[in-house]
Amino acid sequence: MDQLYREAILDHYKHPRRKGHIDGPDIHYHDTNPFCGDEITIELKVTDGVVVDAAFDGRGCAISQASASMIMEEIVGMSVDDLKDWGKEDILDLLGIEIGPVRLKCALLPLKALKAGLYGLDEWPE
Amino acid sequence: MNGSQSITVDPKISSLRSLFPVLERQVHGKPLVYLDNAATTQKPLAVIESMDNYYRHYNSNIHRGVHSLSEEATAAYEGARERIARFINAASDRQTIFTRNATEAINVVAHSWGRANLGPGDEVLITEMEHHSNIVPWQIMQEQLGFTLRYVPITDGGLLDLSELDTLLNERTKLFAFVHVSNVLGTVNPAAELVKAAHAVGALALIDASQSVPHMPVDVQALDADFLVFSGHKLCGPTGIGILYGKRDLLEAMPPFMGGGDMIREVKMSGSRWNTLPYKFEAGTPAIAEGIGLGAAVDFLQEVGMDWIWQHEHALTSYAYERLAQVEGLHILGPEQRGGLIAFTLGEVHPHDLSAVLDADGVAIRAGHHCAQPIHDRLGIVASARASFYLYNTFEEVDKLVVGLEKAGQIFAF
Ligand SMILES: Cc1ncc(COP(=O)(O)O)c(C=O)c1O
Repeated sequence: MDQLYREAILDHYKHPRRKGHIDGPDIHYHDTNPFCGDEITIELKVTDGVVVDAAFDGRGCAISQASASMIMEEIVGMSVDDLKDWGKEDILDLLGIEIGPVRLKCALLPLKALKAGLYGLDEWPE
Repeated sequence: MNGSQSITVDPKISSLRSLFPVLERQVHGKPLVYLDNAATTQKPLAVIESMDNYYRHYNSNIHRGVHSLSEEATAAYEGARERIARFINAASDRQTIFTRNATEAINVVAHSWGRANLGPGDEVLITEMEHHSNIVPWQIMQEQLGFTLRYVPITDGGLLDLSELDTLLNERTKLFAFVHVSNVLGTVNPAAELVKAAHAVGALALIDASQSVPHMPVDVQALDADFLVFSGHKLCGPTGIGILYGKRDLLEAMPPFMGGGDMIREVKMSGSRWNTLPYKFEAGTPAIAEGIGLGAAVDFLQEVGMDWIWQHEHALTSYAYERLAQVEGLHILGPEQRGGLIAFTLGEVHPHDLSAVLDADGVAIRAGHHCAQPIHDRLGIVASARASFYLYNTFEEVDKLVVGLEKAGQIFAF
């Protein structure tokens, strides 16, 4: 359990970074995990291919909320092209824990929303 | 050679527990506390061995060969059916049809009886506290057949709101399909009364007994049920086997659901004649080992005693209700009088997080919407956690659940 909920995760869960909304986002994407009811909305401002502002809103378990918060903290200043290359491993590195197959969906929901938003998709292909 | 063997059951939990091999295992270095019995129950040795015995000693197809193994297998499989029929007091074993699970049993009724009997202007009544398996088949058929699907609402306290039943059940109602014991609220619905109300307007009644048959004596004739369904895996039996009980004349009049071997009497190029009950509804080679295993499960439960099981669970659940109600921020869904399960929320803590913290202490509970989304919508929550008990659970295990929940409350406190 100490593994699953290390301090940093609980900290991001209890004090989420960049939670809320930004003014006039260029990208706005909402996604849900129907199995547990987790919800996430991601808003981004992009200038010259670089993320200049970001926010998320939503509800869910500690893993999904911490994952969203950590992603937000990371992406401002990054180029959209680099972000498009992000994958599962990048998120697991951020979280710094091992996650079983069921909860992996929780951890990856914010990434899914982020990438679908960046690619301008209606839905991220499973 | 039918695989069922006699076990002497001491109705004391510790000796009962020793009959379940999995209860000896550890999870994350802690003894397993298995409180997810509404999802599926653990299997006693008698069940495991009955299936093992079939595969080791008389594995063969049934109803076909005229060799010794096939005759032994047929006798074991049909013997199981007879004992299962007696277990629920069916008038005849022709009325207990083997299906894969409760879900398939409801689908057989929806497709076979539904297609023959439902159309525009007709109504099917279900309730807001149904499992998805007693909602979705009717929604699918509704689209194809054009009848109207209506719902009995629930009260804030988690009981069926029967105040409007007089109008919800009317001369257009062809079927009232309802859950006997709710897998989320634990509510025990007044099944016999509801059946009577359905019959009073000329409707049939289908009882989803998935959470009642494993936990209390159920008598299909006393209930006067037209259809009753349950899954074997929720009563110490294997997965892949369930029961559709139906009244004889209804089943006789229903067309087959699937075509194939075993379900026909005669096949000509020009057409076929259906087999008699129950085979008309059992196309293809069935789950033979599983049928035998379910027979062993029913023997086992009867030796333990269904009255004893109900009372043991009642004592356990009352104790758990009391203890859980004292946990800070914990909110129990459903009424105080209930079957052997308790679903709850704990403050703002997500049920997944609760479950993960408990799992680290070896405690297995369910987290999510338990295949009953409408009821969660009705209660205005996304998901819940659920502890569900069975004959082998102990008061000490309830204590461990409470300790784990208190710990989770602390970890996630803002
Ligand atoms: C009330 C109720 N009905 C139906 C089912 C469906 O059982 P199965 O998935 O075995 O078909 C369940 C099991 O989750 C249940 O609790």
